Amino acid sequence: MSQPTIRQVLLDPIFNNNPIGLQILGICSALAVTSNLNTALVMSIALTLVCGFSSMFISLIRSQIPSAIRMIVQVVIIASLVIVVDQVLKAYAYALSKQLSVFVGLIITNCIVMGRAEGFAMQNPPVLSFFDGIGNGLGYSAMLIGLGIVRELFGAGTLMGYEIIPSVNNGGWYQPNGMLLLPPSAFFLIGLFIWAIRSWKTEQVEKADFKMAPQVSNKEAY
Amino acid sequence: MSSQKESTVRTLVVALLVCLVCSVFVAGAAVALRPTQVENALLDKQRNILAIAGLGDASMSGAQVKALFDERIVARLVDLESGRFSDAYDAETFDPAAAAKDPALSRNLSGAEDIASINRRENYSVAYIVEGEDQQMETLILPVRGYGLWSTLHGFLALRADLNTVQGFGFYQHAETPGLGGEVDNPNWRGQWPGKQIFNEDGRPVIRILKGSVEPGNPNAQHQVDGLAGATLTVNGVNRLLEYWLGENGFGPFIDNLRAGEA
Repeated sequence: MSQPTIRQVLLDPIFNNNPIGLQILGICSALAVTSNLNTALVMSIALTLVCGFSSMFISLIRSQIPSAIRMIVQVVIIASLVIVVDQVLKAYAYALSKQLSVFVGLIITNCIVMGRAEGFAMQNPPVLSFFDGIGNGLGYSAMLIGLGIVRELFGAGTLMGYEIIPSVNNGGWYQPNGMLLLPPSAFFLIGLFIWAIRSWKTEQVEKADFKMAPQVSNKEAY
Repeated sequence: MSSQKESTVRTLVVALLVCLVCSVFVAGAAVALRPTQVENALLDKQRNILAIAGLGDASMSGAQVKALFDERIVARLVDLESGRFSDAYDAETFDPAAAAKDPALSRNLSGAEDIASINRRENYSVAYIVEGEDQQMETLILPVRGYGLWSTLHGFLALRADLNTVQGFGFYQHAETPGLGGEVDNPNWRGQWPGKQIFNEDGRPVIRILKGSVEPGNPNAQHQVDGLAGATLTVNGVNRLLEYWLGENGFGPFIDNLRAGEA
């Protein structure tokens, strides 16, 4: 297999190999932080940075890591980066960190970061791994921002806190759809997004694992 | 080569080195950013107190917030047990949140008392006072907290000099559902509070958030605030926390003493 180019690893995960859309990873945080666009954006930036740098550091020392403890080493590196991101947010974006600190802590367990570390960075050189991490972070971000826009716009009538559709609570006409603000709505939206991506890029549609047998007729059942 | 890489000694050395480098990295970041974080947390609190007291506006810079706060607001320690001002600790540095966790500085609330679901109540709290030109009290700002639907809501209640009329009420920290319970931050809803009356003629706290809207003709309208659609449980929590903190286990005795001029 030839080595992928930087361009490939950076851009492929956005639509062709989206970590949420195709690999179905990182769903839990995609439900939790997308009820408004602001938190979705900060989470996207945080995850993209953590994913990029953790892949780079792991790739740098990949030939030194004994395979018996490779997962633990990966988690230690990821966890350190996450703590640093959390500390930086607390120092420079205090209001956001109050809302996000729980979810930022959970980046450690985000399957996308671990998946890239184990699946890509352990076999590839640092620069390529860095861009692979950033690319997957961008794929995650694209999905999060899409979810954030739909959920905040139709759930509260605002975007980034600015009113777009005047809602009833503020004296307008739009009755916000409260369900969009609750986590389950993100499930439906992710499903719709996956449907849309797969209708556009049909090669992503998975082959059925089995084929349904034709319905047993009444006569055969007796 | 590969067998050497997998040896026990080698594994231990790699694990140790990775941990060492990472811990230095994390500790370095935590120590270097600590002063900025402490300042941010303090600034955030001061900004909220000013906003609830109706002083200044949200666009003030950090330095302006600090200057205005130092100029207009005095922090005083309140002994919740006796309901009087106290000098047992320095009000500027006393941390009621830490005190509420310290068995020596707080007490357990029994189920019947604990209507706001806060479990423990600190023995001392800090009230913030806006003083006028002759050092008379213009606004009294009391910290309140209680459980909503998902989270403890932390906020401030500001009372005017008559200790009955609300000057402002709002939360600076909570994790209620955005758009539903989170609407407690909606400026329109918060805007209803100023001018409401807390106590009835018997001196009992009767202010309530209704389910639905306040009817203007209702004789109790001055004690009532519109409910939030889709946020009944959060609203119940807010009602209970107000009842608790204005009642006999909260700031009730303190407010009585203040009114009698004996605090």
